[in-house]
Amino acid sequence: MSEQPPMIRVEGLRKQFGDFLAVAGISFEVAQGEILGFLGPNGAGKSTTIRMLCGLLKPTAGRIHIDGVDVAADPDALRKRIGYMSQKFSLYQDLTVRENLRFYGGVYGLRGAALESRIGYALEMSGLTAHPETLVSALAGGWKQRLALGCAILHRPRILFLDEPTSGVDPLSRRRFWDLIHDLSTEGVTILVSTHHMDEAQYCNRIALIDRGSIVALDTPGQLKRRSLGGELVRIECASPDRAMQALAALAQVRDVAVFGNSLHALVDNAADAAAAIVERLRTRGIAAARVTQIDATLEDVFVRLVSANHGPAGTGA
Amino acid sequence: MRIRRVSAIALKELLQVWRDPRSLMLALLMPVMQMLLLGYGVNLDISHVPTCTYDEEGSQLSQALIARFQASRYFDLVAGLDSQRQIRHAMDGGLCKLVIVIPAGFSRQISEFHHASVQAIVDATDDNTATIATAYASAVVQGFSNEVQMRYEALRGGTVVAQPLAVQSRVWFNEDLDSRDFIIPGVVALVLALVGAQLTSLTIAREWERGTMELLLSTPVTPLEMMIGKLLPYFVIGLVDAGICLAFALLLFHVPFRGAFATLLLTTSLFLVVVLNIGYLLSVLIRNQLGASQIAMFVTIMPISLLSGYTFPIDQMPAAIRAVTYVIYARYFVTILKAVFLKGSGIGALWGPVSALILYDILVVWIAGRAFRKRIA
Ligand SMILES: Nc1ncnc2c1ncn2[C@@H]1O[C@H](COP(=O)(O)OP(=O)(O)O)[C@@H](O)[C@H]1O
Ligand SMILES: [Mg+2]
Repeated sequence: MSEQPPMIRVEGLRKQFGDFLAVAGISFEVAQGEILGFLGPNGAGKSTTIRMLCGLLKPTAGRIHIDGVDVAADPDALRKRIGYMSQKFSLYQDLTVRENLRFYGGVYGLRGAALESRIGYALEMSGLTAHPETLVSALAGGWKQRLALGCAILHRPRILFLDEPTSGVDPLSRRRFWDLIHDLSTEGVTILVSTHHMDEAQYCNRIALIDRGSIVALDTPGQLKRRSLGGELVRIECASPDRAMQALAALAQVRDVAVFGNSLHALVDNAADAAAAIVERLRTRGIAAARVTQIDATLEDVFVRLVSANHGPAGTGA
Repeated sequence: MRIRRVSAIALKELLQVWRDPRSLMLALLMPVMQMLLLGYGVNLDISHVPTCTYDEEGSQLSQALIARFQASRYFDLVAGLDSQRQIRHAMDGGLCKLVIVIPAGFSRQISEFHHASVQAIVDATDDNTATIATAYASAVVQGFSNEVQMRYEALRGGTVVAQPLAVQSRVWFNEDLDSRDFIIPGVVALVLALVGAQLTSLTIAREWERGTMELLLSTPVTPLEMMIGKLLPYFVIGLVDAGICLAFALLLFHVPFRGAFATLLLTTSLFLVVVLNIGYLLSVLIRNQLGASQIAMFVTIMPISLLSGYTFPIDQMPAAIRAVTYVIYARYFVTILKAVFLKGSGIGALWGPVSALILYDILVVWIAGRAFRKRIA
């Protein structure tokens, strides 16, 4: 992105659990101040990758450099530079908001006025200034997540690893959380955040689509939508999507087709030409009331398309 | 090592114990209950054990020994036996639970070898009574042989130092045989070991079970800081527990305390370090509160109650088992406690067991300080 060395550089990172390959040799770089999103379904290997980046799991192979530190060689230097939010909520539920902040501040070596001022900042950021003495177990999900973020940034880390920080949180709190992430990135903090909410991808500078341990695409959200698809997208609304999909898979004009809720999405070269052929084919198969409209691609479409390529016989999957 | 990180961990741990009723009960109520249970338990079972004697020698000396048993309120002499066959009869018929056999060479042994061996045959169906009765019987015999020896010494024309020696021997062997005096110091050791190892066996496992460990691992905390920060609060709790045990020993059980509190504090601290680290080590290795605490219970109660010399005197054990007791760290503390309570010994007199405890401290700290791995798997 610029002449600066990347904040995170990962080369050929692999993780094997027994004979199961959880992370299949991935490489990527993240620039300072960038928000990189890890997008992928459960079990894709997002958490495993983040844990290796935080020095919590030993990679089977590959190299990780973070802020110039070789993670394998100097994990202690790494830990001072990073903040981490694990996927499972891991603050102390039997301690109060302030006690948790005090504890993590202390563990990061903060004391005295510096500690108090950072605690004040974290309370304000998480919207908990009025409730410092509340037990964490009594907080609602959104507050818990913001407090966890507050604990992770007490020591002003240059890099933040956030593993599904918005899972199980209401949409409004999710929105608020992403605002905080955005603020941190404008202050120069580099952020790697994982999610399985496709709609959250728009908040990231770049996105790594992850499936079965591999990065199947890595680009800005806009570029991903434009490039990866290589065609036009139509939505087909009809009576029985499953049967319709089988009927259309063999149609010459349809390059790819997948079920999306109650309708089908099909990738075609030219929406107008294909629409007629699709309606005709469905009619001959006895599937009535087909309506075909051209739509804009979403990241979900991109993902489904790339992943089906990854899974196919000619794909690059492990 | 950063003090700030250690203090943050220690404070957090203390808060958690304070807010967790189960831990709090374990820390403060369990020592009270155990002291009452063990302190009274051993005392009530054991007076007036029906006892027969079989005096093969029939000398003045052997009769004097039997008179000692007669005088003790722990033994009721029910009959004098005349043959080995009668022993079996008396035991099987439930006439007595203990038979003291004084062998034919008894007097000669004492005068020549300064050591008398008297056979005690016990009815082992009641294991506890059997163990303790044997211990008392052996204490009676030792006290007796000691006195006899001193009398010989005096007769041989040496300087008569009987007076001070007599006092010391009386204390040392606890000749008035108050079972509490004899056993309570050991109970203190057992209770401290039990509570200490239990508490620390939960500490790391709790973080794994509650999912708080992953985040803690991502911080700069080092294994050594973790160990010290985690154990510091329990060390303080352990000392409070020691105070509770001491109060019970002195105020409720009226065990004499002839030593110095400083000696007690120092040796108790040495013992606590071993105990706490063993629990911590189990917690690091097992990562599961229930499993770790059960193993902690097993590794403390079993060997300590059987092999520390807390009820059963070590010098009465078969040689092979006696050898095993040397690895039981609690045996050194039991020895120290008995000496400090009953004999008033200072550190100087106790350098043997004290240095054994220090060696153990170094060993467990060295292992536990490294055991913690900063990785998930
Ligand atoms: N410690 C482990 N041992 C064995 N398999 C694991 C372990 N951790 C994760 N896995 C497996 O690796 C795969 C990737 O898991 P994870 O990285 O948690 O995925 P994600 O975070 O993308 O949902 C999953 O199939 C999971 O079951
Ligand atoms: Mg995950």
